[in-house]
Amino acid sequence: MGIAFYIAAAVAVLSTIMVITRFNIMHALLYFIVSLLSVAVVFYLYGAPFMAALELIIYAGAIMVLIIFFVMMLNLGSQTAGEERSWMTPGVWIGPSVLCLVLLGELVYLMLQPGDLSGDVRVVDPKEVGKSLFGPYILAVELAGMLLMAGIVGAYHLGRQKKKIVHRFLQNAES
Amino acid sequence: MISATTAGLVLAGVLFTLGLISMLIRRNIIFMLVSVEIMLNAAGLAFIVAASKWGQPEGQVMFMFILAMAAAEVSVGLALILQLYHQLKTLDSDEASRMRG
Repeated sequence: MGIAFYIAAAVAVLSTIMVITRFNIMHALLYFIVSLLSVAVVFYLYGAPFMAALELIIYAGAIMVLIIFFVMMLNLGSQTAGEERSWMTPGVWIGPSVLCLVLLGELVYLMLQPGDLSGDVRVVDPKEVGKSLFGPYILAVELAGMLLMAGIVGAYHLGRQKKKIVHRFLQNAES
Repeated sequence: MISATTAGLVLAGVLFTLGLISMLIRRNIIFMLVSVEIMLNAAGLAFIVAASKWGQPEGQVMFMFILAMAAAEVSVGLALILQLYHQLKTLDSDEASRMRG
C-alpha cells in the first residue's frame, strides 16, 4: 500500500487511542469523529468510494450527532456552564483539528493524483453493489427494514417518560 | 512490504482490539456504547478490505447491513441509557448490576 494508507491508518489508530483515554465524553466524541473520517479515507483507498460517503453521512453525520445531542440533553453535573467554557480552550480542539488537517492534506493529494490505488486493490462499483443488494440479498434488505422499525418502536417505548405508578400498599410500606 | 489486504486487516484488528480494551476498562455506559461503535466500525473495515480483495460486492453489502444495525442499536441503546440515568441518577454501569423491582 502507498503512503496514503499508512497516514490514514496512523490517524485512525491515534485518534482511537485518544478516544479510549479521554475522561470527558465530548472530547472522546470529537476524536471518534476524526477516527471515522480517517476510516472513510481508508475505504476510499480500498476502492469503495460509495461506502466512504455512507460512512461519513450515517456514522459521522447521524449516529455521532445523535450521541452528542444525547450527552448534551443529559446535562451531566451542575457545573455545565464552567465545563462549557473549559471546552473552548485551545487544548481541546487543537488535537482533532491537527488530525483533520492531516486528512484534508491527504484528500487534496489523492484528488490531484487519480489512480493512486495499488495493484492488488480492485474497485467495486456502487452499481454492482446495488444490483447485488436488490438481487440476491433483497430478503436481507427487508429484514434490515424490519430491524430499523423495531429500533424506532423500541426507542420510542423506552424513551417515553412513564408516570410512576406505585401500588398503595407499597406506597404505605415505603413511607 | 506487506500486501494491501494484510495491511487493511491488521488495521481492522488493531481498531477492534482498541474498542475491546475500552469496553473492558470503562465503566461509563456512554463510553461503553462508543466502544461498541468502534468495534462495529472495525468489523465493517474488515468486510470492505475483503470485498476489495476478491472484487465482489458482497462485502460492501454486508457493510451496509452493519451500518443499519449500528443505527438501530444506537437508538435503542441511548433510550436504555436514558431510562437508567433517570432511575439511578448516574452513568456508572456497576450501579445497574443489581435489579430491584
